[in-house]
Amino acid sequence: MKAFWSLWGWPLAIAILGAVGLVGGLAGDGGWDWLAWVGLGVPCVAAAWFGLRRRPSR
Amino acid sequence: MNARSLRAWAWLHKWSSLVSTLFLLVLCLTGLPLIFHHQVGRWLGTEVSSPAMRADAPSLTLDQVMAAAKTRFPSKVGMYVSQEPDDDAIWYVTMGDTPTSSTGLKQVAVDARTGAVLAEHRLDTGVMAVIHTIHVELFLGETGKLFLGCMGLLMLVAIVSGVVLYAPFMRKRRFGEVRRGRSTRVKWLDLHNLLGIVTLTWAVVVGATGVINTWADLVITHWRDDQVAGLLARYRGLPPVARLGSLEKAFASARARQPDMKIAFIAFPGTAFSSEHHYGVFMRGRTRLTERLVRPVLVDAVTGEVTASQAPPWYMNALLLSQPLHFGDYGGVIMQWLWAALDVLTLIVLGSGLTLWLDKRGPVRRVLASDLRSAAR
Repeated sequence: MKAFWSLWGWPLAIAILGAVGLVGGLAGDGGWDWLAWVGLGVPCVAAAWFGLRRRPSR
Repeated sequence: MNARSLRAWAWLHKWSSLVSTLFLLVLCLTGLPLIFHHQVGRWLGTEVSSPAMRADAPSLTLDQVMAAAKTRFPSKVGMYVSQEPDDDAIWYVTMGDTPTSSTGLKQVAVDARTGAVLAEHRLDTGVMAVIHTIHVELFLGETGKLFLGCMGLLMLVAIVSGVVLYAPFMRKRRFGEVRRGRSTRVKWLDLHNLLGIVTLTWAVVVGATGVINTWADLVITHWRDDQVAGLLARYRGLPPVARLGSLEKAFASARARQPDMKIAFIAFPGTAFSSEHHYGVFMRGRTRLTERLVRPVLVDAVTGEVTASQAPPWYMNALLLSQPLHFGDYGGVIMQWLWAALDVLTLIVLGSGLTLWLDKRGPVRRVLASDLRSAAR
């Protein structure tokens, strides 16, 4: 179980957040917009953070 | 996962990706400027704006608006009249040689208060129109559309199989780990896994709604045969309308039937969204969600009386809601930029995938081989 969450924890969280944002954004303005921006912003930030960071990993 | 199923998933991922990659690259590249088509239109000067007037300035009737548009193209007939959800000061009149024409269409923007023609352009020229046609149908018409739909389905297969393969590749790594100290190939493998998994939801949604959009014509035809035909029994066999009745009267009848809605567009008799004997008046709601869900009101083209107003079936609503989810046009400029960023990330996933395939002795083979060995043990 621990192995499952260490492998799939973050991917699942990002995927669910993205889905909530995409659908929530359709529902209305204001707070719903923020939900969409966060939901889609997180994947972009994660991509930039891990993709561009210079610190060499093991 | 046993060795056999791992090999099958790897095969599926390889071939579903290889077949579709070239087309997906084209779709991502042409989709990028289309995200910003309003801004590009403003920049190119093709986006129309109406002069500011007092809010209570009187409006013209739609018959006057049509007459104004007709002075520009006397030989053409009306096909559609529409308004943007956020601007009721402009009517867009689409005209063609016949109600069913698909080429040589002209669009005239008419000021709703003065009748001044604000702009006119051909709908099928200009760089954005070319990009749009490539994105939608590769200049191959309905065939091209359905073909791209198949490529979209392959993309979904590639995504699902890619997620399955994420496990053997990432089992011993931390989330987001990109190994830079090793070879370039290893770096690209890690980036492919990282970007593929974080863009998962967006890619599935944009891919699936893109596929649904390729079926738009089929869905609309089915809606006409399935729903509209039944409403029109008493018109069957009547000769085509010789002289159209007042458009304004038809519009007023539709508004009286749906007083809480505003106009999306009106389709003239004979077009895809009406019948031979009716104006199809499509009303939309006033909230973020309901402004996407149009309700058709069929109005007799001669008498101007409402024949039917029926909520559209589920498949029309699914089609209508799949459009914003594909276009990303519902969360302002920030949403457009996020859409563009995710599009670029998808391009990198496609490019890195291709690179990894070309690399015949690279890390993908090594990981697969070692996993196959350990699975076999």
